[in-house]
Amino acid sequence: MFVVAICGLVYELLAGTLGSYLLGDSVTQFSLVIGLYLSAMGVGAWLSRRLDGNLARRFLEIELAVAVVGGVSAPVLFLSFGTVVHFQAVLLGFVAAIGVLVGLELPILMRLLEGQVEFKDLISRVLTFDYIGALAASLMFPLVLVPKLGLVRSSLAMGCANAGVALWGTWLLRERLGKSVVGMRIRAVLVLLGLATGVAMADYFTTWAEDEMYADPVVFTETTPYQRIVVTRGRAGFQLFLNGNLQFSSADEYRYHEALVHPAMAAADAPPKKVLILGGGDGLALREVLEHHEVEAVTLVDLDPAMTNLSKRFPPLAELNHHSFSDPRVTVINDDAMVWLDQHPGIWDTIIVDFPDPNTFALGKLYTRLFYKRVAAHLSPAGAAVVQATSPLFARKSYWCIVETMRAAGLSVHPYQVTVPAFGVWGYVLARRGSFDPPTKTPPLKLRFLNDEALVAMFDFPVDMKPVPVEINQLDNQALVRYYEREWRKWE
Amino acid sequence: MTTRREFVAMLLGAPFAYACRGPERATPTGTLLEPGMARAHAAIRDGVVPVPATWREVGVAIIGGGVAGLAAAWELRRRGVTDAIVFELDDVTGGTARGGASIVTPYPWGAHYIVAPQAEQTELTALLGEMGAIEGHTGDGTPVVDEALRCREPEERVWHLGRWWEGLYLDAGANAEDHAHLTAFRREVDRWSGWRDGQGRRAFSIPRSRGSDDPEVTALDRISFATWLDQRKLTSPRLRWLADYACRDDYALTAATTSAWAGLFYFAARQRGPGIAAQTVITWPNGNGALVAQLAKSATIEHGLAAVDITDAGAIIAVGPQGPIGIRARSVIVATPSFVANRIVASRRGTSLGTADYGAWVVANVHLRERPIERGHGAPPAWDNVFRDSPSLGYVCATHQRGRDRGPTVWTWYYPFSDADPTAVRKRLAGAGHGEWAETVVTDLERAHPDVRRLVDHIDVAFWGHGMIRPRVGATCSPERIARLAPHGRVHFAHTDLSGLALFEEAFDHGLRAAREVLA
Repeated sequence: MFVVAICGLVYELLAGTLGSYLLGDSVTQFSLVIGLYLSAMGVGAWLSRRLDGNLARRFLEIELAVAVVGGVSAPVLFLSFGTVVHFQAVLLGFVAAIGVLVGLELPILMRLLEGQVEFKDLISRVLTFDYIGALAASLMFPLVLVPKLGLVRSSLAMGCANAGVALWGTWLLRERLGKSVVGMRIRAVLVLLGLATGVAMADYFTTWAEDEMYADPVVFTETTPYQRIVVTRGRAGFQLFLNGNLQFSSADEYRYHEALVHPAMAAADAPPKKVLILGGGDGLALREVLEHHEVEAVTLVDLDPAMTNLSKRFPPLAELNHHSFSDPRVTVINDDAMVWLDQHPGIWDTIIVDFPDPNTFALGKLYTRLFYKRVAAHLSPAGAAVVQATSPLFARKSYWCIVETMRAAGLSVHPYQVTVPAFGVWGYVLARRGSFDPPTKTPPLKLRFLNDEALVAMFDFPVDMKPVPVEINQLDNQALVRYYEREWRKWE
Repeated sequence: MTTRREFVAMLLGAPFAYACRGPERATPTGTLLEPGMARAHAAIRDGVVPVPATWREVGVAIIGGGVAGLAAAWELRRRGVTDAIVFELDDVTGGTARGGASIVTPYPWGAHYIVAPQAEQTELTALLGEMGAIEGHTGDGTPVVDEALRCREPEERVWHLGRWWEGLYLDAGANAEDHAHLTAFRREVDRWSGWRDGQGRRAFSIPRSRGSDDPEVTALDRISFATWLDQRKLTSPRLRWLADYACRDDYALTAATTSAWAGLFYFAARQRGPGIAAQTVITWPNGNGALVAQLAKSATIEHGLAAVDITDAGAIIAVGPQGPIGIRARSVIVATPSFVANRIVASRRGTSLGTADYGAWVVANVHLRERPIERGHGAPPAWDNVFRDSPSLGYVCATHQRGRDRGPTVWTWYYPFSDADPTAVRKRLAGAGHGEWAETVVTDLERAHPDVRRLVDHIDVAFWGHGMIRPRVGATCSPERIARLAPHGRVHFAHTDLSGLALFEEAFDHGLRAAREVLA
């Protein structure tokens, strides 16, 4: 009884959580889910009159149905989010189905126990278990289930618990089941096995390691041919991880992206009209670029179509980037930036280079002298480029290696840095084809972080981040990847 | 990787649906090429010289459109000769340096890199300059090759004990003795890279024509590379594997059969001096096919003619699709392998000048729809990917240099017949069809890539029966080799096998020399 009560509430919490994580707007999602769930329970209770015949058998069947529908709810919701257009309908459908089934449970159980126990005892016992079970569930859900098992495993594990109850019930109720006891048991075992297999295969969605690794619950994962995309959601907002590396936290990404985009826009001789973004598939740099109304066309080249699609369709991310991928000025190209630059002509007023840190050889090539020569070849003499360049504090050699490599590619450079709480101190390099002075005026936009004073201060480097002697990163030495590996190892 | 649809199909209790995905173990399809072989054999093996009905006049006739022939044509054109014609039997030029292309990427069919030129290699530097591949020069005059062509790191990795390791020398698990032997070997290589004879020539130089013929150097040709290592008590299995691999890779031999001269050449020639890192390797997606294409740009080339008889006076009888034809040339450059020259140049028939030993090769181009999954924490994909325990040399990834690291690609897989007698091997292989080769290739790749089979679109296989000259003990510094270089009347000779080594730089050098002889 207790377990049944716990499971019932956990499914509801799961649906509410998934809904608010995936669709955003947690108040609406939770109240929708709770309302629908309770009313569906009402429907279930009402329908219970129509159920007759062998009540013991009916009860166990309902129990197994809850196990199956509740157990698969989170994995199916996880899957359908990436593929189904009307995700909300699927979500509410599950909530309604589970609600009806759970609504059937109590009346049938009470009828089952009718006659064995006095009515006042019966009603008191059943309701006590139900309400206290709810407390247990509401404690277990945030404290144990989500942090230890993750959403998908929690759902499957609860399904297993339901099926376990059903299996146990075939012993408790064996006399009232009569001939159907064996069939019932086989069905319970099959459901239990199926869900247990599901738990074992849940690595497809999130690995155990992932659920342990991320501080906040994992709400979205996708393995593309290029990378593992993971989104987590916590109190401070949500975070995007690529191959386990934090790309941004919604709480403070504005600092990173304002610092990335606006100095480069301000360093051009005239307001930039054509902008090229290399990387930046989250659309956040794009959002900042589109704030500039003089911008007529933006080309964004990101390797992974799954990433740019997610940024366009994943509601919390699309909200965060102000639906920038739906702006008619934007053209998205899914290709490797190194190859694309080599094969496509064109001159841009501003080039924003926002790749993940150079922690693999495949990424390291995007920080070579050859790559920056290609960037320079596509940059207007009147415009500026900017490169995100890892942390000058945590990875000092790596940072200055990027600076010097850009210089070796023939660019004139001004290094600068800013503090982003989620990352620490972060470095960028501003560059033009000819010598120039760093900008001192921020564009006339409503910015949350940058003003003229902050802009000027960014170009100062404290003693512990000053330049150090470094090798130039070239295709045939990949010096940067080796610096980066050595430097970040110290901090892990 | 399972797609979502496949995954859902499995979940829905459908092992049936999973099984219906198709024959998972099927051998990939593709074609088997035997470049030039059928025509060459048909034209030359009969032994009867036909009588041509017509004769034509040609300035310089270059027989063979491999690297040596094309280099001769390129040099003649550079020096103002406009009436040279290259006669190539095959439909494509380049010989074993040719490249191919698919919609995904260009890829090599044989030789796939050169060593970046040193200051004195002015002609090769000029050729690279024509291609826009020289960025400038360092203080000592060494040309700086375009970064885009300098082999991208990681250059090599080796598969051993279930994972990939960085580099070619297996450093993981090496003990103090292994390290000592490697250091001692490097010291020897250093010593040889700094060695100069009385005339200031290096012991080992690319091309070898600039190197020394001092007895101290040529004495190395009388022992095997393995013996040379034994004499220095360099017995570390890791070092010996590296030595063997180098010999298989460049010479289709093992350390036990390679001349110590050639073994040391491999290591010392690409090092400018003691303590200086080896010259970087430069490569193109289509391997040396890129160099071939540049050489061929300015050349006049006629395909499909097989020269069967050449007199010292410059009269050539050739067989083409329209029957026999006569060609009278002011000069002839025979840029074929020596064993072919020995059959077609009248004054060389019956001499023993072409009895050198050639190794057979199989090169397979594996067209992949997607990359196999890289498991675990091993070294990441490299340009050259070697299986330590395989008789193959592993594979080179055609899209590595361009920087396309995901999606469809072509892997070029190399297999040298390093230990068997070539004649016997050729006989055994006569019956081996495409299927057998494709299965061999996939099985070899499956050592490290268990999921590769279902990612293969098709595999094209080339069998190079006389793939390369082999520098066996005594072959590279023999008087016979020198004798092969000598012109016969108006007929000059150019081929990499005249160096006793199969290298682009050697073929190129002989082409230049033959061109200079013609102009002299």
